[in-house]
Amino acid sequence: MNNPVLNVNAMSKDFGGIRALDEVDLKVADREIVALIGPNGAGKTTFFNCITGIYTPTSGDVLIDPSAEGRTVRINGRKPNHVTELGMARTFQNIRLFPSMTALENVMIGTHCRTKASIWGAISRNPATRREEQAVIQRSYDLLELVGLENYVNELASNIPYGKQRRLEIARALATDPFLLLLDEPAAGMNPHETKELERLILKIREKFNISIMLIEHDMKMVMSMSDRIYVLDYGRMIADGTPEEIAANPDVIKAYLGEDHDD
Amino acid sequence: MSETKSMNQQGFLNLFLTAGCDSFPHALRKSFLVAVWFAFLTFPIMVIKVNTIENTVVWHWHKIGYLAVAVFFGSFIWRWLLARKELKKDENREETRIESLLTRVQSHPVLKYLALGVLAAAAAVFPQVFNLYQTNIMISCLLYIVLGLGLNIVVGLAGLLDLGFVAFYAVGAYAYALCNMHWGLNFWFMLPVGAVLGALLGILLGFPVLRLRGDYLAIVTLGFGEIIRLVLENWGEVTMGPSGISSIDRPALFGVKLGVIGSTHYMYYIMIGLVILTIFSVNRLQNSRIGRAWLALREDEIACQAMGIDKMKTKLMAFSLGATWAGMAGVVFAAKTTFINPASFTFWESAIILSIVVIGGMGSIRGVIAGAVILILVPEYLRDFAQFRMLLFGAIMVLVMVFRPQGLISAKRKVYEYKVNTAGAANE
Ligand SMILES: Nc1ncnc2c1ncn2[C@@H]1O[C@H](COP(=O)(O)OP(=O)(O)OP(=O)(O)O)[C@@H](O)[C@H]1O
Ligand SMILES: [Mg+2]
Repeated sequence: MNNPVLNVNAMSKDFGGIRALDEVDLKVADREIVALIGPNGAGKTTFFNCITGIYTPTSGDVLIDPSAEGRTVRINGRKPNHVTELGMARTFQNIRLFPSMTALENVMIGTHCRTKASIWGAISRNPATRREEQAVIQRSYDLLELVGLENYVNELASNIPYGKQRRLEIARALATDPFLLLLDEPAAGMNPHETKELERLILKIREKFNISIMLIEHDMKMVMSMSDRIYVLDYGRMIADGTPEEIAANPDVIKAYLGEDHDD
Repeated sequence: MSETKSMNQQGFLNLFLTAGCDSFPHALRKSFLVAVWFAFLTFPIMVIKVNTIENTVVWHWHKIGYLAVAVFFGSFIWRWLLARKELKKDENREETRIESLLTRVQSHPVLKYLALGVLAAAAAVFPQVFNLYQTNIMISCLLYIVLGLGLNIVVGLAGLLDLGFVAFYAVGAYAYALCNMHWGLNFWFMLPVGAVLGALLGILLGFPVLRLRGDYLAIVTLGFGEIIRLVLENWGEVTMGPSGISSIDRPALFGVKLGVIGSTHYMYYIMIGLVILTIFSVNRLQNSRIGRAWLALREDEIACQAMGIDKMKTKLMAFSLGATWAGMAGVVFAAKTTFINPASFTFWESAIILSIVVIGGMGSIRGVIAGAVILILVPEYLRDFAQFRMLLFGAIMVLVMVFRPQGLISAKRKVYEYKVNTAGAANE
């Protein structure tokens, strides 16, 4: 059976009197790459914040099904760390790394919820803790290698070039072992060449880990070429969804979004 | 060769004379204004002296002259230091000479053990070489190292500004004093009990308080510290009130009570042991899964939670673990002084411990040790200048904050060992 791994039903979010999200529906299937697009201030980041527990939705349901087998869990109002533990990991639009920790340590943080060394384990360094620690280090290094940061392993995160910081955030999110990876504008601030490489990386991640990926992105070329499906958000309302071709031909979308953007 | 040297000297002189100003006359005017302003501000206390017996006023005009001259030249030095700091901004982020020396010694296999051996030998013979007074000072320095390392977990690693740390210290001390007075419980039994009490109280207090952030947390913990002190002062039936508890037992060696000298030496070695235990534990903790979570929490709470770290649990762990060491140090303190009263646990104590952490270097074990040594030993040896101690303390604070905000010895991240995969293997 092929249940969607993420199923958002009529989710709304109000900030005071402002309705940032208005009865939004969205589904992500297993191993699918879904893009969420929309003009600035449409509510895309708010959507991510609502499904990852940083905000609590005002109404509606957020349902997840990590194995896509029909065992659905409702996660509204869960804490962010709990959501991550359940298997949704994200990156941030305005990069949020841990600046005075090394790249490797940043990724190691991601493994926190999958490991269990306690205070006592840390002080006594018993064999189980040592084994776990070594496995964490190796896995984190492998992830850094995957995203192409093997030359920055022991570099402080704040000293790493901007584009590479975005890749580091992806590695950190992958370390939490997610079934759904949420990327908030991963290509922002990258040049066309870097964007192309990022696109390859995202496709590789899907192949390697067999996970679903949802991304918010303003780069239309990238969105059109790599997404399986696209959702379009405008003023907090979901105005369209469909394959890239359908979206490109949708008059509402062109009016709301692509119209202003496609000229250049 | 000599040409470049004289060039450098000229450059230095130039910088010194015009630092922070457009030109030398500008600098002169600035310094002059500063001197006049200072003279004006300190005029009432420096110059006017009222002789209350003869009801006359004596004017000490020469004093203000000295002051103005000192401030005039001082302002040049101050501006030069600031300018130099700006110039060396990029270098500053690198290690200082002391730091790189320490790292080099630490990473050298032979030198490392040699240095440790020398340190151990020095620590071992210290009470034999120096007199009782010096040993006592050293004991309190070691005590502050333990307290500093404990608070370092809370403030330095987890980034929770705790101004009421002394509360846990007081609880440890009073626990030992009271149990010793009523039931004659001995030091070695109470040491772990003090630790556990500190931890429990840390959890109990941390639960409601750790929802707050930054300044709010600081104020609430400050209040808590004061509450504990007030309780100790006013709950006379139990705590003996302001008069305190006296004749607390010193630790006995295998049931044998030692004399003053013997027990001071014994105390000293106990403290050395405790310091080693603390360094050992904190070092292992800060490079562990938990320690990394603390650092991450300090750096970015939202990202930290989004990476699956339970904020509350992690903060509680840091808070109560810090309190554990304070509790232990409290027991030792009570046993060392054999007399405690609430006056030993004022906010001032928390402030000193916090200064040790901040000045030494947040999150850095070596830094905290350096901070304790400077802030505890230096004032002790400057007793002759007792009236200037606070001034000196303040001056050190200001200087460190201006010129080395990261602390004297900043924390260094561990370099982990991993296996490099052969090209491409990891990607497939
Ligand atoms: N914490 C908040 N409190 C109040 N209003 C908010 C909050 N967060 C977001 N908003 C508002 O919600 C709306 C949607 O913001 P959001 O950041 O989700 O937009 P976005 O689609 O991610 O835009 P961009 O493309 O610029 O990143 C905006 O009008 C914003 O001002
Ligand atoms: Mg956004």
